Amino acid sequence: MEHIVIIGNGISGVTLARHIRKNSANEITIVSAESDYFFSRTALMYVYMGHLKFEHTQPYEPWFWMKNRINLKKGYVDRINTSKKQLVFSNGEHFSYDKLVFATGSKPNKFGWPGQDLDGVMGMYHKQDLENLEKHAPNNQVCKRAVIVGGGLIGIELAEMLHSRNIPVTFLVREASFWNGVLPTAESEMINRHIINNHIDLRLNTNLKEIKSDENGCVKSVIIEETGEEISCNVVGLTAGVSPNIDFLENSKTSAEPSRSIDTNNGILVNRFLETSIKDIYAIGDCAEQREAIGNRRVIEAVWYTGRMMGETLAQTICGNRIEYKPGHWFNSAKFFDIEYQTYGWVFGEKGRPAYENHFHWKHKDDAKCITIAYHKDTNLFLGINTFGIRMRHEIFDKWLTEKRAVNYVVEYLADANFDPEFYSLYEKEITTKFNQENGTSIESRKKSWKRIFTRA
Amino acid sequence: MKIIKQAGFVLFIIGLSIFSGTIFTGSFSLTSSELNSFVSEKDYKSELILDELSKAVITTEELTIFEFSTRVRNAYKVSNDYYDALIARFDADKNWDKKGEQYQFKIYGKPHTLSFELAKIAGKGPIIENTGLTWFLTFGLGIIGALLFILPNLILLGKAGIKNNGVYLEASTNRGFIAWLVLVYLVSFYLLLYFMPDYVVNWTYILDPISKTLNGGLASQWFVYGFLYCIIMLVMATRMYIKYRHNKYQIIRTTSVLFFQIVFAFLIPEIMTSLNMPGYDFKNAFPLDYDFFFDWNLDSLRNSGGIGIFILVWGIVLTLIIVPVMVYFFGKRWYCSWVCGCGGLAETLGDPYRQHSDKSLNAWKLERWLIHFVLFFSLVMTLVTLYTYFTGTDSFLGINSQWIKDTYSFLIGAWFAGVIGTGFYPIFGNRVWCRFGCPLAAYLGFVQRFKSRFRITTNGGQCISCGNCSTYCEQGIDVRAYAQKGENIVRSSCVGCGICSAVCPRGVLKLENGPENGRINPTDILLGNDIDLMELINNK
Repeated sequence: MEHIVIIGNGISGVTLARHIRKNSANEITIVSAESDYFFSRTALMYVYMGHLKFEHTQPYEPWFWMKNRINLKKGYVDRINTSKKQLVFSNGEHFSYDKLVFATGSKPNKFGWPGQDLDGVMGMYHKQDLENLEKHAPNNQVCKRAVIVGGGLIGIELAEMLHSRNIPVTFLVREASFWNGVLPTAESEMINRHIINNHIDLRLNTNLKEIKSDENGCVKSVIIEETGEEISCNVVGLTAGVSPNIDFLENSKTSAEPSRSIDTNNGILVNRFLETSIKDIYAIGDCAEQREAIGNRRVIEAVWYTGRMMGETLAQTICGNRIEYKPGHWFNSAKFFDIEYQTYGWVFGEKGRPAYENHFHWKHKDDAKCITIAYHKDTNLFLGINTFGIRMRHEIFDKWLTEKRAVNYVVEYLADANFDPEFYSLYEKEITTKFNQENGTSIESRKKSWKRIFTRA
Repeated sequence: MKIIKQAGFVLFIIGLSIFSGTIFTGSFSLTSSELNSFVSEKDYKSELILDELSKAVITTEELTIFEFSTRVRNAYKVSNDYYDALIARFDADKNWDKKGEQYQFKIYGKPHTLSFELAKIAGKGPIIENTGLTWFLTFGLGIIGALLFILPNLILLGKAGIKNNGVYLEASTNRGFIAWLVLVYLVSFYLLLYFMPDYVVNWTYILDPISKTLNGGLASQWFVYGFLYCIIMLVMATRMYIKYRHNKYQIIRTTSVLFFQIVFAFLIPEIMTSLNMPGYDFKNAFPLDYDFFFDWNLDSLRNSGGIGIFILVWGIVLTLIIVPVMVYFFGKRWYCSWVCGCGGLAETLGDPYRQHSDKSLNAWKLERWLIHFVLFFSLVMTLVTLYTYFTGTDSFLGINSQWIKDTYSFLIGAWFAGVIGTGFYPIFGNRVWCRFGCPLAAYLGFVQRFKSRFRITTNGGQCISCGNCSTYCEQGIDVRAYAQKGENIVRSSCVGCGICSAVCPRGVLKLENGPENGRINPTDILLGNDIDLMELINNK
């Protein structure tokens, strides 16, 4: 029996612990400095918005951990002694392991802006950020205006959060259009309009120059790089992406006790088996960096789902069934105010779009629903789909991607993939008509068939 | 908009206060001719009751309903005490014949019911003289106020979509003092309605004209309840329509419960009564309709000719065939959240409180014991009732038929379904009765769990464990526990309200009826991971 120590109780670490327990009798300890119990980070926004209480974000009741013999240890790991196989906590405590897993997640990026550490400047990533926001922006009397810097998924969530308490928001986005590094132009522009319709002061092509302080060291205003404009505000949200949370490894390098240090780049470098440069030490989730990218994926994937998949995979390796991390077809989801977004396979925005990738785009007249299907311009091979305001079935697209279906097939059988609640209006006919017009085809949309839906790939 | 909303709130509170205040108005007394005709109609054998009642209520004093009630109940007690004393004496003398004779002189039924019936004749005062005006000041102001409070949400809530903003930040929906006040009001309301109807006799006056139009008779407390039920559902349904206006499933479902409540539960029985038929709610299935097989109902149906027999057959077919067959095809939602009256109130009035159902494992354990016990209780009661009905005996299996009927009616029918079931909405959630107590739900649950095409499909690996689905599940199902494992939700208690699907920010849940094969799909490794790994682990 080995003692497996997992640093970090996010989705990666907890998934790993659960699967190790399913497959072995190893002793398991999860270490966290952030919270006593696992919670869903993606749900923090709903606590501020009043949809949930913090305890609702915890997927397991407190008895779960004891029942499954998963030890929870609260503490901050200061450094690691890889020769003695020991962790050293910030309170000086030493703690031994047989196998060690880093699942320490991300931290918000800061780019050395003047004033970036003032009171009232925060990310929206940790439980502590939520507490901080509750303190500085409980309502629109205390917080007259908030400025959000960085146009990604967390930025728009923070905008929605503040908006729910009627706090005016200025949203600074460096790019020419929201999240256009990922989304195709038409989709990105639709989201721009949706943001503005929700009364957010969206500033595209705009960078932050500095954050100004009042006499108490609190945020007073921000200065815009391009125009020099000063916007007074009480809260600044820094949401310009995240990077691996691995600062404590630096301490290990400078520590007096000699021990081999772990190879890092931006994250902790791992091979396909999620093994680091030192035996019996692994890294999963946001803090791990693949030495070589897998397919079209980034080397660091800071996504809920990939963290979970790495946890599922590494549990096999740790329990004796050494297995490569081979994620299946890419998928992801998000919600932009009222518009749900799902993606299956690869659909690229303007940047980084391969020359062979063609797009078919359809948008509903309400400007809140659209889809983009990516396909190979020579072979018609279906590459991926982005869908906004229409829910689609994961299993169906996973199957079609595995079966290497052509785009015509996807359009023809699109009704099988619809996952909207019953009685919702369906748009397959409209979509097919537009596809036929643009491509000179004569596809007829097929009715949904249970038989096809439930036949597995 | 906010001003309209606040004005609406004030109007509503005024209407509610006047409505509640009417209880204390009016004076109650009878003339001797009124009392004589009442007593002779009742065919009381007691030699004391007429005298006692005369002393009590034939008066020039201006009695309030409370004084009136005390006097009537006292008269009732004096009369019964007298004969009880005689019974005890003849019992001591072992004079069985004499003892037996005394029972016919006793008065049966609840003292408050006698008081209610007399008060219905005895009332005088401003309400009876101005029913129209009182209706406007109570129901009218309440409806107008509530609508003014609700309609501005169309703009205030912003664009269509899930807007649960602030649910846990407000005293009304986060078990704050407002929620407790609502609980006290609702519980008091049900206690009066079930156990002290005479105290609220003034409410029945307000609705007498409407009752006369519909069924030809004066309004009883049950007419008040039925009318109020419909009004509350109508008003709160507008709230549902606004809140879920982006979701057609919710719109259609709300319309359906509204239709079945107003037409089936309210109008049809009233109209049947006016046609001298037994008033029957054609959608109310046994064993939720627990007194369907009570002797008085069977007698009434047998004596009502063709329509009575039809109702008898329909009631049996509904429970034995229609209900399970529909559950097979659509899940128990077709009944619980599309048709049922209890469900209808829970889905309209109760919607603001749906997040309070307990999601813990312990609550689930309690639920399974309790609801199946109530089902068992109702079946035993019905068995005893039917046996004694057809054999003419008093008891079966050592259980007295009258005792078990009374016990069930009191504990389950009144306390559990009414006082607790609805009264506790603001603190324990809107489906306390449906989840822990309803015997019909337990029966439908068996069918849904073991033989049905209904499931809530989980969309592959898309769940982010946020917990909105579990939090807003009124039946206390930990939906997320399934969704985050990529597993479909197949649970006997699910009433298919569809809110989990509506509040999911990632489009993970869909209520659907599909093939039974593969409906329950336990997975270890979620969709999206290595195909070989999924194959290896999930099919092990």
